[in-house]
Amino acid sequence: MQVGYYPGCSLESSAREFDLSIRAVFEKMEISLREIPDWNCCGASPAHYLNEELAMALPYRNLVKAEEAGLDRVISPCPACYSHLKHTHEEVIKDSGLGDRLRTIVGKEYQGRTVSKHLLDFIKEDIGLDRLKSSMKSTLNGLKVASYYGCLTRLPGVDIDDKENPILMDDIIGALGGEPLDWSYKTECCGASLSVSRTEIALRLVKAILEAAKVRGAECIAVVCPLCQSNLDTRQGDINKKFRTSYIVPILYLSQLIGLTQKLGFTQLGLNRLIISPNEILLQKGIIEK
Amino acid sequence: MSYLNSQDIHKLRNRILSISGEDVSKCIQCGKCTAGCPISPEMDLQPNQVLRLIQINDEDALLRCSTIWICASCQTCSVRCPEEIDIAKIMDSLRKLALEAKIPVGEEKVVKFDEIFLDSIRKRGRVHELELVMKYNLALRQPFKDAHLGPVMFTRGKLGILGHKIKEVGKIKEIFKNSRRIKQME
Amino acid sequence: MTESSHDENIELMTYSEIVEVKGFVGNFDVTIRKKPRYVDLTKCTGCGLCTEKCPAKVPSEWNLGMGLRKAIYKPFGQAVPNVPVIDKEHCTFFTKGKCKVCQKLCPAGAVDYEQQEEVVTKKFGAIIVATGFTQFDPSVYGEYGAGKFKDVITGLHLERMLDTSGPTGGHVVRPSDQKEPKNIVFIQCVGSRDESKGHPYCSRICCMYTAKQAILLKDHFPETQSYIFYIDIRAGGKNYEEFVKRAQREYGAIYIRGRVSKIYETNGNLIVRGVDTLTGKQVEIEADLVVLATAIVPQPDAIELAKVLNIPYDQYGFYSEAHPKLQPVESVTKGIFLTGSCQFPKDIPDSVATTGAASVRTCEILSKDELILDPKIAFVNPDICSGCLNCVEVCPFNAIESTVVDGRTVAQVIPTLCHGCGNCASTCRTSAVNVSGFTDDQIYAQVASVFEILKKESLLELSE
Repeated sequence: MQVGYYPGCSLESSAREFDLSIRAVFEKMEISLREIPDWNCCGASPAHYLNEELAMALPYRNLVKAEEAGLDRVISPCPACYSHLKHTHEEVIKDSGLGDRLRTIVGKEYQGRTVSKHLLDFIKEDIGLDRLKSSMKSTLNGLKVASYYGCLTRLPGVDIDDKENPILMDDIIGALGGEPLDWSYKTECCGASLSVSRTEIALRLVKAILEAAKVRGAECIAVVCPLCQSNLDTRQGDINKKFRTSYIVPILYLSQLIGLTQKLGFTQLGLNRLIISPNEILLQKGIIEK
Repeated sequence: MSYLNSQDIHKLRNRILSISGEDVSKCIQCGKCTAGCPISPEMDLQPNQVLRLIQINDEDALLRCSTIWICASCQTCSVRCPEEIDIAKIMDSLRKLALEAKIPVGEEKVVKFDEIFLDSIRKRGRVHELELVMKYNLALRQPFKDAHLGPVMFTRGKLGILGHKIKEVGKIKEIFKNSRRIKQME
Repeated sequence: MTESSHDENIELMTYSEIVEVKGFVGNFDVTIRKKPRYVDLTKCTGCGLCTEKCPAKVPSEWNLGMGLRKAIYKPFGQAVPNVPVIDKEHCTFFTKGKCKVCQKLCPAGAVDYEQQEEVVTKKFGAIIVATGFTQFDPSVYGEYGAGKFKDVITGLHLERMLDTSGPTGGHVVRPSDQKEPKNIVFIQCVGSRDESKGHPYCSRICCMYTAKQAILLKDHFPETQSYIFYIDIRAGGKNYEEFVKRAQREYGAIYIRGRVSKIYETNGNLIVRGVDTLTGKQVEIEADLVVLATAIVPQPDAIELAKVLNIPYDQYGFYSEAHPKLQPVESVTKGIFLTGSCQFPKDIPDSVATTGAASVRTCEILSKDELILDPKIAFVNPDICSGCLNCVEVCPFNAIESTVVDGRTVAQVIPTLCHGCGNCASTCRTSAVNVSGFTDDQIYAQVASVFEILKKESLLELSE
């Protein structure tokens, strides 16, 4: 199987481990990932905040590049990238006037043939849980995982799961031998980019998520978004200082959890890059050896 | 005090309708948007109040508020609104109107961050995160903000010292040049 | 209800359904299927021994799943007739061939497992539809957790708990741990006034019953505190507004103006997060019990029944009245009347009033030998009619039928059903069907005279 890949800017730096673990896991399952050639930033939040046409033109160029390279399916691990690609594609299909305008801005035409996927629906539909299970060499040994989706299920153009009570990630965790916990904070906002410009808001929001996970007995939180991971992981120290709490909750990418069951290496999966180390809990559960 | 007059009572509602496609006259002020907004405690205007001010064409308060800038676009309001109004989209539209009006915005920090972010994309085709954070801190004269995270991020290889520049970066500059802040309606 | 079963002028057919309706006002042929209850109505004394001894238990529908009933049962204490029915799907004899305890014990020998359904066709002059409503299923609101969180219930559940002859003997308890709740949060308009869930209308009765429930709760259980999230209070009846004020002033109910966004659950406790739009702030309440005032919706088989009766219904499935202001109890189909919530959500006084009105309108039909009709109805000239029967296809009231005149098939209007809408007249290619007072010739004459006037006033230059 070959599939297009749109890593997005975060996966090249602060979310490197998301990229590493996805590549490692896909290679293990013999799915070849082909990056969209010379892809550009999707525009993330700032583009749609400040400039309407730019917000669509940036993803449009990526769609053009993907089509030119013959990539009929493209996986975007970052929910924002995924939403922008998919939503732009849908709007262009609906509104030919918009398509004309974007073609003028970008300089090339998009034919509408690219199918955008996120990690979650790609695993569920294109890979399937059975094939995922057959690639497993060990299990998560009942690791209590709180699946955190953030705003993924609600983003424009995204319709992969129930918006209020999504279960795709929980199903995958269950298939991996973990214990997916049912909790009320699955889709609560992490503060997103306010983590930089209004840090105190992000701290308040992340604290509520960590507290809900802790009360539920979670041993770690699984995520599928680089910004969620960053906020939940890097800010734990600040939260503990400000609120005099003592959270030590490892925040792992779903792809890292999959990789662990495929017995891929600690460094190979970028587990050494997490701020809150998962070492202890993974050893304790017998998921890794010393 | 809000001064309402028949000449332009529908002006802002019509403007928002034409930019975003969303009609605020559908709103009966049930408040579910505010009830579910994660940022509500820090907002100066609540989401339902924002829609109310559009309904009665009270532009001043709206364009100066900080609410539209600290909205995280989490879409909770849009997804739960019983009248199916895309409130997050309306927030986007108000941001653009605020910039268009060239008045002092309610949350300089956010605009600054977004502008530096977009500038990074324009120059490289992708965002260089380290550069973004450094430039932002400098611009806000808080060079040591989050500096405590620097070392640990560096040792975990999360800093990405060198940024990436795409081949067709010229094309990106052109895209920026050709894009209009508010797209024209037919 | 009991009175109706003893009235010599009323034949009560319970556990029956309408299979087919033919004919028209004054002359309906109605086919009714009387389903077998496996208990002989003429022999049963209503002693209740069978129910007492029946070993098979099933969640009680009447009590919304709280508590159990038996396989041979009466749905509720005051049911009419006072005769039980056997639920075939759960009866040990019908499913496994064993037991038969009810038959053995019945002192009147009334249990009859061989009982067959009976199909009868009878003539009726008029039909009154009073099939009522059901509750909207709130589990579609993922954010409220109905169906998932045990302590999120509906107003009807609370009603059953408050009933001293109900499943909890009148004690209001949390379904999760049977403890008595202290903080009770009511949420109005769950499903109602909601475009996104397909019910943009107001269900009319919920503001009042919630106020009543808040009063009863405080009266029976003084330790409780009720919080009511509302958007508007609809109290437009006699003494209704005063009643709601009492709930606030004398029974301490706190009314909060705003919707609830989400109900969170931590460690068995419910946290309700809503808003008070009057203070402009979010509010959070730790609730022991959450009561949802769910929308009133048509019965699940309402549309199916409408098709059998041949009456129109609206986009929600409520039956359409002939005129929203002037004919609220008549359906569009003559001779069929509507009362109660099958037409639209109503409270008790309105249901009683519309039933009275429908009954009187029925008497109008039944008390006469002849019906006076509006003369502006369609008629067919059989000499011109080609017998294509296109008019039959397009008539919304089934008021044209095919008949044979002089050996030829032609169309014929049923005068009592015709509403004079003119669909047939505009469809007919040969102008064989016309509406009295609006025949094609009359309309052409009107148009021609308008052109004459215009020509005269030089307003229209006609090419010669």
